[in-house]
Amino acid sequence: MKLQRRYFLIGGAALVGAGVFSVWWSDKAATAHAERLTTGPGQSSFAGWLKIANDDTVTIYSPHIDFGQGSHTALAQMLADELDADWGTVRVEQAPADYAFGNTSIAKLFVPTMSGHPDVMKRLPDPVFSLLARNVPLQITGGSSAIRGTGQYGMRVVGAAARRALLATAADRLGVPETELTAAKGRITHTRTGKVLRYGELAEAAARRDLRDAPALKTRDQYTFIGKPIDRFDIPGKVNGSAQYGMDVIRPDMRVATVIAAPVRGGKLLSVDHGPAMAVKGVEKVIALDDAVVVVASGYWPALKGVRALAPKFSDGGHGHLDTAGIYAAQAQLIAQAKPDNHYGAGDVAAALHAPGARVLHAEYRVPFLHQAAMEPFAMTGHHADGKLEVWGATQDPLQTRNLLAQFSGLSIDNVTFHPMIMGGGFGRRFPPYTQIIEQIARVAMQVDHPVKLIWSREEDVKQGAYRPQSLGQLQAALGHDGTITGWQTDYAQFADAESEVVFPYRVPATARRHFKYISNQVDAYWRSVNSTQHGFYNESFIDELAHLAGADPYRFRRAHLPAGGRHLAVLDAVAQRSGWGTPLPSGTGRGIALVESFGTICAHVIEASVTPDGTPKVHHVWAVVDCGTTVNPRNAQAQVQGAVLMGLSTALGEAITLTGGAVDQSSFPDYPVLKLADAPPIDVHFIESDAPIGGIGEPGLPPAAPALANALFVATGKRIRHLPTAGQLA
Amino acid sequence: MAIEAQVNGKPVTFHVDDDTPLLWALREELGLTGTKFGCGIAACGACSVHVDGAVMRSCSVPVGTIAGKSITTIEALGSADAPHPLQVAWIAHQVPQCGYCQSGQLMAAAALLATTPHPSDDQIDAAMTNICRCATYPRIREAIHAVAGAGA
Repeated sequence: MKLQRRYFLIGGAALVGAGVFSVWWSDKAATAHAERLTTGPGQSSFAGWLKIANDDTVTIYSPHIDFGQGSHTALAQMLADELDADWGTVRVEQAPADYAFGNTSIAKLFVPTMSGHPDVMKRLPDPVFSLLARNVPLQITGGSSAIRGTGQYGMRVVGAAARRALLATAADRLGVPETELTAAKGRITHTRTGKVLRYGELAEAAARRDLRDAPALKTRDQYTFIGKPIDRFDIPGKVNGSAQYGMDVIRPDMRVATVIAAPVRGGKLLSVDHGPAMAVKGVEKVIALDDAVVVVASGYWPALKGVRALAPKFSDGGHGHLDTAGIYAAQAQLIAQAKPDNHYGAGDVAAALHAPGARVLHAEYRVPFLHQAAMEPFAMTGHHADGKLEVWGATQDPLQTRNLLAQFSGLSIDNVTFHPMIMGGGFGRRFPPYTQIIEQIARVAMQVDHPVKLIWSREEDVKQGAYRPQSLGQLQAALGHDGTITGWQTDYAQFADAESEVVFPYRVPATARRHFKYISNQVDAYWRSVNSTQHGFYNESFIDELAHLAGADPYRFRRAHLPAGGRHLAVLDAVAQRSGWGTPLPSGTGRGIALVESFGTICAHVIEASVTPDGTPKVHHVWAVVDCGTTVNPRNAQAQVQGAVLMGLSTALGEAITLTGGAVDQSSFPDYPVLKLADAPPIDVHFIESDAPIGGIGEPGLPPAAPALANALFVATGKRIRHLPTAGQLA
Repeated sequence: MAIEAQVNGKPVTFHVDDDTPLLWALREELGLTGTKFGCGIAACGACSVHVDGAVMRSCSVPVGTIAGKSITTIEALGSADAPHPLQVAWIAHQVPQCGYCQSGQLMAAAALLATTPHPSDDQIDAAMTNICRCATYPRIREAIHAVAGAGA
């Protein structure tokens, strides 16, 4: 029974409140510690995550960091809804980087399940929990997990439990049964007598009650804040310059530093003459690290001039032979050797491919390394004094950041404080294990007698990235006599096994998915939508090619392979209907469709595109239909989907990180072109609302963009794009 | 050497080398951190400010060239009591996501409307070349049109 419950939770089924969160608050020590960190006089804490003050102010602590995804506001909507709070009294605070606010208990719950039951592990629909398992202890922002994880299993449960405690307290105080009381807008009313008690005057007694029982949660028809386009808390500070990012930290008597690391990842610093940097006015110190050189100065400009004056010698770590074409060749060779590292699927694909009369299609797809290109380059400020290290910065896991700072500084965790700041974008780049600036600031701060802010140049940001992997996929499939797919095989070479993330929604009698592990000198990083980007491109391009081979309409062909009455079909039908699929288009303009499920959300796009005479693709319009179960804040969800579509188009059209001699060729926006406003097409976004399990929203809008574009360009030009980006292929 | 200019209506003296980009003088000398560092080569526009009313990318403006000039940063585009109409529209249309580029977007949009009060989509395309990785572009366009329309 226990195992089954865990499986349901892993699978994202709607077993709201069934146990996971109770683990958080049944950890009494953590809860008490959270209360000490957040609660002052006249304030009462509920499970550490909610605080109600005597003046009725409701404060919600978000373990997730803001990077524009809007989850602070959406999490508050979820908790405040169950609490029946008065929205005008609701505030959100960033939870401190502390065990008390980590997801450690969740991870502890899942790790034994995973390791002990590989069958369950295999069926994980998305990466968030495997990510949890790999990163203990954590306080992560990523995996499109805030709403469907923290919100569903955390915030709503705490809100409902606190509401129940407030009701019970009010019943005691008024000497009436709870059934005669109603809670609304931060007050409890005894309907018969008209007596009213404010949450603020009940909170202290209510917070002493045991919250452990799983409370009933509201149903869709009872929501007051969930599903409403409420203004985000973070926006006013982002339009007047007052929002404080990691880059903006200023400490008294602070120094500023910048860095240059080995151009070939894996290389080491061999030697560096400090002299030329020290000769720059304002430069105070040159610090040699294992694989980088840091210049400390009075400001960023002299620090940068100092770094540019240096001529450090780095080794190439034995990776000097790596280049982009060579990596693709090595990946193809790995597949040719036919010794997969992992093999999944069902049915006899070989028989389908060799069946008499079968029409067989083979295609090879290639996608390059991609950079997240967050607008804020890395910046962290550290101050070591009196045996303590204090650091300010922006990462996607403050708790793990603090642990790493302790590790690299040699101090105990109790002597390390990390202040999480707003992130100027993340998209997966700011996960601590490969956020190199954490180690750099720890080592630099220990060697500087002042607070010091280390800033990465944009060039360092692009060259020292943690990229979406370069990946190669070889797909083959057979069409039977009736024109349906009888067998499908995907062979792909890249570092990570994508099996736990990638959903294949089509009904095909025989399928095989084979992973060939390819290791380069680049770190295997998360990039918005992670493996669903390249595999969405492979699968949705290939099924389009199969449709054309079958002489079928690509929408109707997909339709014929989807289960009747299912959510995938509903999403596909809706996007076809909204986009006017099948209606005539001007000559030279094509429509493409793609359907990808990722992070528990099903998403389909139709893209209308053409190519200018000089060979530049032009996207005219995008239609997106999304089924994430419930949109907590529809306006913010729409912004997430639009942003994801445009990021997907930007990468498909022009972005690539390439290697020469093991080093990254690109250095800034001119050679890593990010889409601009003039090239942003209108995007129609439609949500299908249902009681289906709530899905993620930050990432799922991205994967269908590239294949929908490639499919449209095929119709427009007759040329099939199998390598991304498209730049230079249509001239 | 000392460089005298006006920043946000107040006289200031910068005590940095002439070749120091205005961006770093604003951020590090004056503590005006609303103007952001994005690329340092005038490619992204996160550092956009107004110099005598014209939008410029402050990462590539040496402070030595701004003596006697009047600089406006995001901190003085409007005030708490009297926000710039674009700031009001940016909130009404919930434009920002991560927000890091938005100071620059607002300064670029304000300069556009100052010279072209009712811009066409093509004029918006031409003027708004600042990069936003969150791709808030659809709402940037909406918000500019909303302000332009309101002033019609």
